[in-house]
Amino acid sequence: MVPARFKAGERVKVLKSFPLGHVRTPFYIRGHVGEIERLCGSFPNPEELAQMRDGLPAQPLYRVRFRQKEVWPDYRGSEQDVVEIEIFQHWLEKA
Amino acid sequence: MKDRGTYRPLSYFQLMEVTLRELLVEKGLITEEQVQREVAAMRARTPERGARVVAKAWVDLHFKKFLLENATAACESLGIEIPALKLVAVENTPQVHNVIVCTLCSCYPRVLLGIPPDWYKSRNYRSRTVREPRVVLEEFGLKLSKETAIRVHDSTADMRYIVLPMRPAGTEGWSEERLAQLVTRDSMIGVSLPTPPGSRV
Repeated sequence: MVPARFKAGERVKVLKSFPLGHVRTPFYIRGHVGEIERLCGSFPNPEELAQMRDGLPAQPLYRVRFRQKEVWPDYRGSEQDVVEIEIFQHWLEKA
Repeated sequence: MKDRGTYRPLSYFQLMEVTLRELLVEKGLITEEQVQREVAAMRARTPERGARVVAKAWVDLHFKKFLLENATAACESLGIEIPALKLVAVENTPQVHNVIVCTLCSCYPRVLLGIPPDWYKSRNYRSRTVREPRVVLEEFGLKLSKETAIRVHDSTADMRYIVLPMRPAGTEGWSEERLAQLVTRDSMIGVSLPTPPGSRV
């Protein structure tokens, strides 16, 4: 199991990377900065599972909270609106 | 033009399902009976399960705390098996409204809500709920004030989400069973609120 590098409340940036294959990091959030909401546990890496490999060591998975106004510059809702997304640790770096 | 009556050829995915199932049975990997059993079990899971959990959380504060901390364990304490995934319950309050979507495919808390409605799997709902949630909710008839923050949950990996809606006013002293009848599927996805008491047909 890969040790967890981030704690709740820390600011993180999603990698702006475009690998081929089965990736669970939505396009719209790549390159954006958010805040760790919680660590969800560790799970086999889906990018590896999709290639019929075991996905081990398991990767820490986080719920990351993003402000909608930062994700969509023309967002028309409230300043307080957020989107929370599950993102694996290997897609995150310290912001 | 030939009149084919109501006959329609199988779609690509229907054909794929039949072919794969027949092959698996023919190779002795599964039996027809197992398939039928699984389909029956899938159909038996309905939103009433989720409603039971919500109603319990409305009347029992300890259970509500347990549910928000660890929804998998809380549901299992009610005898609801949660296989191979983690359940997260998110609470609506006067300040925060939660709504669930899966932009990548159609991840859904089937174990509590059963088979997802078609709109949940549509490209329209999946793309617009993260982009303009207030507009989408208004199309469902839910108009929230600007003071209420919207928290969209994109169910991208191993968690499954269920919304714990607010208990409707005017239900003081109601039993769990009676409360559960107000908890709709859509209110647990977050696109509507529970049925107000007295308006049930």
